[in-house]
Amino acid sequence: MRHITSITDLSLTEIDQLIETAQDIIEHPVKYRDLCRYKKLATLFFEPSTRTRLSFEAAMYELGGQVLGFSEANSSSAAKGESVADTIRTVCCYADIIAMRHPKEGAPTVASQVASVPIINAGDGGHNHPTQTLTDLLTIKMEKGHLDNLTVGLCGDLKFGRTVHSLITAMCRYPGIRFVLISPEELKVPSYVKIPLKEGQVPYSQTTDLMSVMPELDILYMTRVQRERFFNEADYIRLKDSYILTPEKLQSAKDDLRILHPLPRVNEISTAIDADPRAVYFKQALYGKYIRMALILMLLEVKA
Amino acid sequence: MNIDSINNGIVIDHIKAGQAMKIYDFLELDKLDCAVAIIKNATSNKQGKKDIIKIDSQLDVDLNALGYIDPSITINIIVDGVRVKKYHPELPLTITNIIRCKNPRCITSTEQELPHVFKLTNREKDEYRCIYCESRASI
Repeated sequence: MRHITSITDLSLTEIDQLIETAQDIIEHPVKYRDLCRYKKLATLFFEPSTRTRLSFEAAMYELGGQVLGFSEANSSSAAKGESVADTIRTVCCYADIIAMRHPKEGAPTVASQVASVPIINAGDGGHNHPTQTLTDLLTIKMEKGHLDNLTVGLCGDLKFGRTVHSLITAMCRYPGIRFVLISPEELKVPSYVKIPLKEGQVPYSQTTDLMSVMPELDILYMTRVQRERFFNEADYIRLKDSYILTPEKLQSAKDDLRILHPLPRVNEISTAIDADPRAVYFKQALYGKYIRMALILMLLEVKA
Repeated sequence: MNIDSINNGIVIDHIKAGQAMKIYDFLELDKLDCAVAIIKNATSNKQGKKDIIKIDSQLDVDLNALGYIDPSITINIIVDGVRVKKYHPELPLTITNIIRCKNPRCITSTEQELPHVFKLTNREKDEYRCIYCESRASI
């Protein structure tokens, strides 16, 4: 039995296998529809979510399994002060696999120390979000056909954006990757996230100007400046509109650029871009379901 | 003073001058009933000045954790008035409940019963990170 609390819990080979399985699910959904019959997934969301929770639940239903859980901490015993460890020990009595989101960093690690069923980290504060990263990787693979030799622009909140941190960690393991980090000074990538870049000698540049780097990009990964990550409301208001992607800004972009966003979007991508074939963020949400199906199968050790 | 003055205990030698109280606090030596001597600014051939701590009792703690505070120190174990062991503390792979995670977003900030565990992530830089949130340790 194993747990996935960080994208680094998976080897490059395993990531490639998950992507292959997800692609096979997309092509042959019928083959997979009963593989998790009589299995139960618990979705424990101590923090609200739309896509992650629903995509996990849809993934389990499409595998023929069933789902139980809660969608906010207030509707669980966490509201009465129950510890993460005790909640997990209890849920292990009822479920075969657990996907959990928690506002505190490292909560899934605590869960994995006591769990008797596999734990999947579905986001822990600003720390890790491995299934989003798998979703991003599948999206890039589906849209570009490969995961190597790409110039990847990451734009917006690169300090608190956990999806960005995990994506950097995962993608710098592929050859020929170059990162362009686009953010205001206050929201730059933390030094510990740059460690794999430096160790792997992955080329990267940092800028505050999105327009100047737009023509270079194969992938533009936009992020939201997240209100819930700021202790100070004034800082949030000052930084929230740092980068807004508009059709004008896309004029200098490559024709085969792909724009990703983990969603939810607030106003950082103009809705006028939604119809542009380069915008793939809603397809990305769909790919999220398929890669989670592949991950559930892997952790439950179910083979097609 | 020399180490012969202790019968059964520990002498922590070659502490960087001025660091003795940090180690005293770290090991919670104030809670011991036995004799504890702190010698500050003793003359040292190697270091110029050094601090020394003498504890007239064996301690049930992992003294290797001291390597995190000051890797230059020497630990001498005294049994029946004789030095039976002398060593430099090695940086331990993990340290538990010795330093606390200061990241307010870490799960340890709300779940008081969790042990504060740090893992050695870079031996050259003496770098430890919280096993939960990966924040860098600071004393």
